[in-house]
Amino acid sequence: MRVKIRAFILESFMYGSAPEELEDTASFLETGIIDSTGIMEVVLFLEEEFEIKVEDNEMLPENLDSVDSLCRFLEKKGAAST
Amino acid sequence: MVFDDYLTQNAVQWPGKEACIADDRRSTYAELDAAANRLAHALVDAGVGRGDRVAVFMENRLEAAVSVFGVLRAGAAFVMVNPTTKPDKLCYMLNDCAAAAVIAVGRSKAALEAIDAEVPSVRQVITCGPTAPTEGAPAKPRLDFDSDLPAFPAGPPPRRCIDMDLAAIIYTSGSTGRPKGVTMTHRNVISAADSITQYLQNVPEDIILNVLPLSFDYGLYQLLMSVRLGMTLVLEKTFAYPYRIVQHIREERVTGFPGVPTMFAILLQMKDLDPADFDTVRYISNTGAALPPAHIERLGGLFRNARIYSMYGVTECKRVTYLPPEELERRPASVGKGMPNEEVWIVDDKGNPVGPGVVGELVVRGSNVMQGYWGLPEETAAVLRPGRYPWERVLYTGDLFKMDDEGFLYFVSRKDDIIKSRGEKVSPREVESVIVEIDGVQEAAVVGIPDEILGQAIKAVVVKAPGADLDQRDVIGHCSRRLESFLVPKVVEFRDALPKTDSGKVKHKALKGPDAA
Repeated sequence: MRVKIRAFILESFMYGSAPEELEDTASFLETGIIDSTGIMEVVLFLEEEFEIKVEDNEMLPENLDSVDSLCRFLEKKGAAST
Repeated sequence: MVFDDYLTQNAVQWPGKEACIADDRRSTYAELDAAANRLAHALVDAGVGRGDRVAVFMENRLEAAVSVFGVLRAGAAFVMVNPTTKPDKLCYMLNDCAAAAVIAVGRSKAALEAIDAEVPSVRQVITCGPTAPTEGAPAKPRLDFDSDLPAFPAGPPPRRCIDMDLAAIIYTSGSTGRPKGVTMTHRNVISAADSITQYLQNVPEDIILNVLPLSFDYGLYQLLMSVRLGMTLVLEKTFAYPYRIVQHIREERVTGFPGVPTMFAILLQMKDLDPADFDTVRYISNTGAALPPAHIERLGGLFRNARIYSMYGVTECKRVTYLPPEELERRPASVGKGMPNEEVWIVDDKGNPVGPGVVGELVVRGSNVMQGYWGLPEETAAVLRPGRYPWERVLYTGDLFKMDDEGFLYFVSRKDDIIKSRGEKVSPREVESVIVEIDGVQEAAVVGIPDEILGQAIKAVVVKAPGADLDQRDVIGHCSRRLESFLVPKVVEFRDALPKTDSGKVKHKALKGPDAA
């Protein structure tokens, strides 16, 4: 799960950056990795890749703002892991 | 009257009233006033003089509000800089206005290193928040908001300014690609804030939610107007998590919600929103780009008690027009008439006023009009031209408008090819010059294409050098490392050649469709 998330973030938002530059705890917003219109892409990715539904009221920094947060959120949602 | 006098007054009249709420930190007017004073002392101590420029480089947070007023109280002018600005453009701006000091978040390592190395005028750097570790001591003196500022006095330093003195330099994109510093005095800022709060019918009891960057004049003025009247400002740094907006409005009982079409579009994409959560909002305002009529209708359904204000403005005079909400249904495409204490009219190519139905350039006369572009007399003379009397200057906006029989104004187009994406100005030249830096790019042209969420999305058309191996991600990646986020192209198209006129100029209009001839 973590591997897929990291790959998606590195591919879609950190073009050309080395994997070490993406820290699991780093806030996407504070570090500028993802900006405000990019978060919708992350939500779409989660819904498609992990077969979950992200409710409007779940679109909060605590669920989405770092690799660690995304992993925790997905576990809570009982995401389908392949 | 200088602008920070309003903060002083509010601290005396309503010391315990909440001035600013940001990230769960709540500051009263007395606290904001004292914090501004401490910062002002630190700046004066560091040698910042009257009329000096001090850059404020951070996202929306409490220290940004303190910085705006601390800088004014030191007798200096603030220069708000978008926090996603990359180091070389940041240094360009700081050198352009010869900034004497910078106030920034400590984690902006690359930016602070660049300032140390490349901006000789800066004599003091003040940071807030955690600081990224550096190798060795930084070249310029450092102070920290939390550990150093409390040692400075909580009372004000001696007053140095009158209303004719510099209050702000606001950088704006131009069609040549280099940002220009719109220069405003205290009098300009007071005039603009007074006109706007008058037509919005603001009162001290208003609670404004500001998600717009303080580095954008629309966002900056939410803070200025809030302090002008003694309102409460809720500061949010991002629209990335739209549900936070809903929470803020509900929990703080927000009454005023300024936005740009992108924000409203994202909000309207959410399903299951309960209008009851928005019932405290008595007005929403829109500027930067036109609100689609379908969105106006849906917003009205969601914000049941809110009046909707369509507005238009240019950085060079802060704001120009507003449409009284009662006219919105009858004339949804209009941006209204000039705001209080201002005159506007439309002129032909010779500068003669034209009547209804005729397209011409909009001209603005008022005390909100800038003094000029910092250090650019020619560019200034091109837009500030003789007015009604020999001693005055009026602003030529560079926008084409027409008016109807009742004097209501309608935006037609820009005279130049500035793109508006997310409500912000994008200079195609600036983006083109960055793309051309990529090894393997022979030529590039940038245009705006319609986008439901962004208004206009940025499209780059690139001609590769023979044998070059590049794809869309290379171009977008390079741009995102070099430019602020709102300047990065969304779409990249590769072509063998750019369509050109006989005189060799790129035909930008021909690039808007996919592989259009």
